Amino acid sequence: MEKFTKFTSRLAPLPIDNIDTDQIIPARFLKTISKAGLGDQLFYDWRYDAAGNPKPDFLLNRPEGRAAHVLLAGDNFGCGSSREHAPWALTQYGFRAVISTSFADIFRGNSLKNSFLPIAVPADAHKALFAAVAANPEAVVTVDLAQQRLTLPDGSAVTFPIDAFAKQCMLEGVDELGYILQQKPAIAAYEAKRVLTVDTRAGGLNQGQF
Amino acid sequence: MSKANGAAAKPRTIIEKVWDNHVVAEREGAPALLYIDLHLVHEVTSPQAFSGLRERGLKVRRPDLTIGTTDHSIPTYDRSLPILDKIAEAQITQFEKNCREFGIPFYGPHSDKQGIVHIIGPEQGLTQPGMTVVCGDSHTATHGAFGALAFGIGTSQVEHVLAAQCLLQNRSKTYEVRVEGNLRQGVGAKDIILNLISRIGIGGGTGSVFEYSGSAIRSLSMEERMTICNMSIEGGARAGLVAPDDTTYQYVSGRPYAPKGTDWDRAVALWRQLPTDEGAVFDKHIYIDASALEPMITFGTNPGMGIPITAPVPDPSGLSDPLERDSLGKALRYMDLPAGQSLIGHPVNVVFIGSCTNSRISDLRAAAEIFKGRRVNPNVRVMVVPGSQQVKEQAQAEGLDRIFKEAGADWREAGCSMCIAMNGDQLQPGEYSVSTSNRNFEGRQGKGGRTFLASPLTAAATAVTGVVTDVRTLL
Ligand code: SF4
Repeated sequence: MEKFTKFTSRLAPLPIDNIDTDQIIPARFLKTISKAGLGDQLFYDWRYDAAGNPKPDFLLNRPEGRAAHVLLAGDNFGCGSSREHAPWALTQYGFRAVISTSFADIFRGNSLKNSFLPIAVPADAHKALFAAVAANPEAVVTVDLAQQRLTLPDGSAVTFPIDAFAKQCMLEGVDELGYILQQKPAIAAYEAKRVLTVDTRAGGLNQGQF
Repeated sequence: MSKANGAAAKPRTIIEKVWDNHVVAEREGAPALLYIDLHLVHEVTSPQAFSGLRERGLKVRRPDLTIGTTDHSIPTYDRSLPILDKIAEAQITQFEKNCREFGIPFYGPHSDKQGIVHIIGPEQGLTQPGMTVVCGDSHTATHGAFGALAFGIGTSQVEHVLAAQCLLQNRSKTYEVRVEGNLRQGVGAKDIILNLISRIGIGGGTGSVFEYSGSAIRSLSMEERMTICNMSIEGGARAGLVAPDDTTYQYVSGRPYAPKGTDWDRAVALWRQLPTDEGAVFDKHIYIDASALEPMITFGTNPGMGIPITAPVPDPSGLSDPLERDSLGKALRYMDLPAGQSLIGHPVNVVFIGSCTNSRISDLRAAAEIFKGRRVNPNVRVMVVPGSQQVKEQAQAEGLDRIFKEAGADWREAGCSMCIAMNGDQLQPGEYSVSTSNRNFEGRQGKGGRTFLASPLTAAATAVTGVVTDVRTLL
């Protein structure tokens, strides 16, 4: 994981509530076994016409969209399916953060593991951001994770919440698995005490040929 | 430190008890390390996790607590035919390779136990009360019906569990959903959960785990409880559970992986300690009067946009919040529906009976009751997709397949099918369906497709009339 540093960027507004992960990356693109190429499929069904050509009026197909590293979305962003392909697609497109009033739990967790920052702001700041970008598409915000501060285009700032542990991982560019594996002795000690368990291998390993 | 030993005096909810039982370590300033008892893996959300293991040179810590199945991208046509979609085939082949390489048991396309990941866990007796269950799939909450703490995870976390059998997790809020009273005829589990989501909205349970309680929940079968827990995520909660009781124990008993003999007695004794203590405090509550419920149906593009089937589709102009008004307006434009009218009588092109929400034997029996002696409307394509090969066999043993086929419905092989439309089963642009699945998002069942979510009874009734139908008129 790369270290998450302070940055200033334009905004890509998508003023729609409840954008679910099926919109972020439609299920038919989940047949891949790698992470590559998902950025081109981001918001596919909103972004391309029936023949697969980019819709010229959709923001992410325009230079303004390409120039923005912060997505500004409506309430409750990222609900639905647990697919981590959603933050993979968003980061591959070039986004580093998304602003909303709230995020679905699984999406938020997946994002933090990919150094993609979900920024939850109060409703009034959220409204002000949409107004600012409507008035001036080149308006910028500054994202400062260390201070948990988002500076709005008018120079005012709001703080945003983030899990302290996830924040540290993002700032230092370390992923969680290393931390978990350090605790192997505790895991082994726990396993020694477990009482209720199943053995999935009791039925044999391969229970039907491919 | 786990609270399991120390603070026993404080009454706890079942959610807290299962949590406390699984805390491996808790360090200041970090989420708890939570042990996972059962990890279900499927072809779509696992490939990148296995790649990660290879890159780091790691093994699967507990293949004996892990099981794989193929469900999302597998076709539901005759299994003796080749898989036409080469990308899907490559994904399924890769899954097999991954399971073999890491020693994980799996149910391949030709296994008689293959099925949707949330159907096979309970069916095989792998899902048991008090467990922690995870899967790279948001409907993992299904397993909560057994009093397990079960939740969906992303692919990074799939890798974590494969490597360490543990996850870093923060404690959730507790949210009691109390459902009291007797359901009326034609109203079932699906209607309870659609009603809950229509009330609290699709973000209402964010950050919480639901405990479903009350006399209406107690009187439900395990299969019906699974239908309710399944859609917890649609209310924003990562997990939802029902405390185990005799109904639970009867269901689990005798299944292939259930404890046997003295192990069984010991397990039941432990399971009986799980239900929420008298006086335990929840962070949130909601109360639903089951006797007032009607069959529910969704009209919009998220599962919270649900109404009693006789009620009119809401009018966006009545909403004061501009974003909400736009969202509802956008949904109605996508669905091409007028506000202010009930959906009853609206023509549909497809009826889909299946998915981890409603593809168990009781769902198929309910649908068959309606199909019996009737014909599918000639304008409707009807797909009945059993949740697993075991469900399929059971249905065939009961002759349900004949009822479906004689009615003119398509009886298929087990899988997710049109719930997620990855395997070729899908709506065409502009088509309408009544589906027993769990998501009506734009394009979820095929690009440009329009989904009304409802119960198996409502779906079957619609299949025979060709238009959205209040099943109570056919009972
Ligand atoms: S049936 Fe649908 S919701 Fe259930 S696991 Fe499959 S794709 Fe997910």
